[in-house]
Amino acid sequence: MSNLLEIHDLRARTLGGRDILKGINLTIAPGEVHAIMGPNGAGKSTLSSVLAGKPGYEVTGGSVLYQGRDLLALPADARAREGIFLAFQYPVEIPGVNNTYFLRAALNAGRRHRGEPELDAAQFLKAVKEKLKLLDISSDLLQRPVNVGFSGGEKKRNEIFQMAMLEPRLAVLDETDSGLDIDALRVVSNGVNRLRDPQRAIVMITHYQRLLDYIVPDHVHVLSDGRIVASGDKTLAATLEQTGYAHLDSAAA
Amino acid sequence: MGFDLAMPDLAMPEAATPNPAVTVSADSAETPDTLESFVSAANEGYKYGFVTDIEADEAEPGLTEDTVRFISAKKGEPEWLLSWRLKAFQRWQQMSDPQWAKLKIAPIDFQGACYYSAPKQNAGPKSLDEVDPELLKTYEKLGIPLGERAALAGVAVDAVFDSVSVATTYKEKLGELGIIFCSFGEAVREHGDLVRKYLGSVVPQGDNFFAALNSAVFSDGSFVYVPPGVRCPMELSTYFRINAAKTGQFERTLLIADKGSHVSYLEGCTAPQRDENQLHAAVVELIALEDAEIKYSTVQNWYPGDAEGRGGIYNFVTKRGACRGDRAKISWAQVETGSAITWKYPSCLLEGDHSVGAFYSVAITNNRQQADTGTKMIHIGRNTSSTVISKGISAGRGQNTYRGQIKVMPKAEDARNFTQCDSLLIGKSCGAHTVPYIDVRNPTARVEHEATTSKISEDQMFYCQQRGLPQEDALSLIVNGFCKEVLKELPMEFAVEAQKLLAVSLEGSVG
Repeated sequence: MSNLLEIHDLRARTLGGRDILKGINLTIAPGEVHAIMGPNGAGKSTLSSVLAGKPGYEVTGGSVLYQGRDLLALPADARAREGIFLAFQYPVEIPGVNNTYFLRAALNAGRRHRGEPELDAAQFLKAVKEKLKLLDISSDLLQRPVNVGFSGGEKKRNEIFQMAMLEPRLAVLDETDSGLDIDALRVVSNGVNRLRDPQRAIVMITHYQRLLDYIVPDHVHVLSDGRIVASGDKTLAATLEQTGYAHLDSAAA
Repeated sequence: MGFDLAMPDLAMPEAATPNPAVTVSADSAETPDTLESFVSAANEGYKYGFVTDIEADEAEPGLTEDTVRFISAKKGEPEWLLSWRLKAFQRWQQMSDPQWAKLKIAPIDFQGACYYSAPKQNAGPKSLDEVDPELLKTYEKLGIPLGERAALAGVAVDAVFDSVSVATTYKEKLGELGIIFCSFGEAVREHGDLVRKYLGSVVPQGDNFFAALNSAVFSDGSFVYVPPGVRCPMELSTYFRINAAKTGQFERTLLIADKGSHVSYLEGCTAPQRDENQLHAAVVELIALEDAEIKYSTVQNWYPGDAEGRGGIYNFVTKRGACRGDRAKISWAQVETGSAITWKYPSCLLEGDHSVGAFYSVAITNNRQQADTGTKMIHIGRNTSSTVISKGISAGRGQNTYRGQIKVMPKAEDARNFTQCDSLLIGKSCGAHTVPYIDVRNPTARVEHEATTSKISEDQMFYCQQRGLPQEDALSLIVNGFCKEVLKELPMEFAVEAQKLLAVSLEGSVG
């Protein structure tokens, strides 16, 4: 089976700033769950931002092929419509915009792009109900403005719900576990596990091994100073838990 | 002092909407296809920029007492109205145009403009069949539901083309309820006593420079009278159109809601695209008697000028309503997207005890547009209350000023006001300004003012785009969210139009 994502020697920096990614190599096939771990400042969030096309970053070298095509040539909204989803570490508030309305607009933008008929209000609400049931989460966030006044846990839950509705091919979860108490972590992790699919790849970016107890990855990578310095299976995460990142930093140096 | 004299218009209270079908949440999933509409609208630019080739009956350019007499004679007016106009003209001659607004305006040559332009017709049209087909085509382009389409849409329309009211639909049906809805000229002929009783009773001839000018040279407009206890069964609607070049439009609207009655009135405006500036100086007077409710909604889309600020309408409008009885309510809702310059302060005189005023406004300035707009709430009676919600959006090099006055008179025991004034900035070259005047002369008053200024953040845009929304859609979504509290006050058909206009008005302001 062909790869979904092929990152080759990717180098990037903040606009006018210092180099952050210094040659990332990573290959992801459909159905796989990858965890990318690493200390603060290693470049984890930069990697997710560059993949999603966030403004403010400059790719200085390397390539990213997504479904065999040059991902970096696409603007952020086109990448999203092609099936790339980023669950934000800090989802922003959009006052006055109803969460359901927002999601339907996003969903229909993708459907238009794929030449599929748009969902009307009734069809959309039916889909919403199905996904709520699948994720086993409540509907209390739907009629509120996007992320406005949401608790940390509610924001992350909302991100996973959006992911479920948009059905991406590649989902990047950026520090989804940060700021969650154990109950919220369980809800969010259950949601992600139910969204595992042979057609879908998931990349989890996290600082802590804790998340991997709930969402068990196929591959674990350690990012340090802009490079992947170690890759392995889920046992790598357990090793890290004991030895810490400092050990790997010196190994990479 | 200047400010005191200058601003007209009124607004209404939160729960004043009498017809539930009218209040629609603009962003609920039930509102169909609004986002899609943004997209198509965003590709259209200023789509009302066409010029209609119609023979017009015009006054010589310039303004003298003879011009005023000419207009009055053209309209076949009674002597009292001519005297009224002449008095206004005399007042106007002693006044100078106001300078206190935060507007940069090139000097206006009032003698260079034409003060009367009427589509040439032999006599007033007896029915729609007699209206010039070119005119009807114009209205068709504007999407106005005239004639049969009016019936389908359930909207009674009075269309004012340049200065003359062209056709009033639905008159018969309204007549059965005793509701009068006609051109101002017709009202002068057929209902002279009512006009004479109320004309100038809210906005006197000498109120301000532009109101005085209007009072001298107004050529037509709309008149509404709703009898006691009658709830007007449909939205009443006027569309204004400035067609002729170098023409000022000076229409006058007089709306009287008698005791216990209720009416919702819509006003829409467009103008062709021309390189020179056109002047629009209208006056709107509303009178709500005891227990009456008036809701007055405007979507103003006059030509704003091009990206460099050439051309566009100068919009100097005096709008004011008087709650002239106990428990009367007046609500203004406006979406101001057009005009090169907007100078407009829909206000409420809260005379009756327990009367209520409200003002809901969205004003957008893009490119080099300037807006100085807001409201005045004058609390005169006891237990009066007012609500002001203003949303200003500035993009390009636009300058947007909210100017509002809350005045509580000595006898206004327990008056309440709540004002919320939010500004949104898009880009780095625009400006937002808030100028509240609060004048409280009764210690029992409670007056609240909240103001915020924010920028559309890159993070908000990226969040929307990451979910697949194209840039223009993302901007529309965020802006519409910002304006939600106002848009939900608009009647549904206006709310949809307003959302499209927001998208068009902000086209090209990001990226």
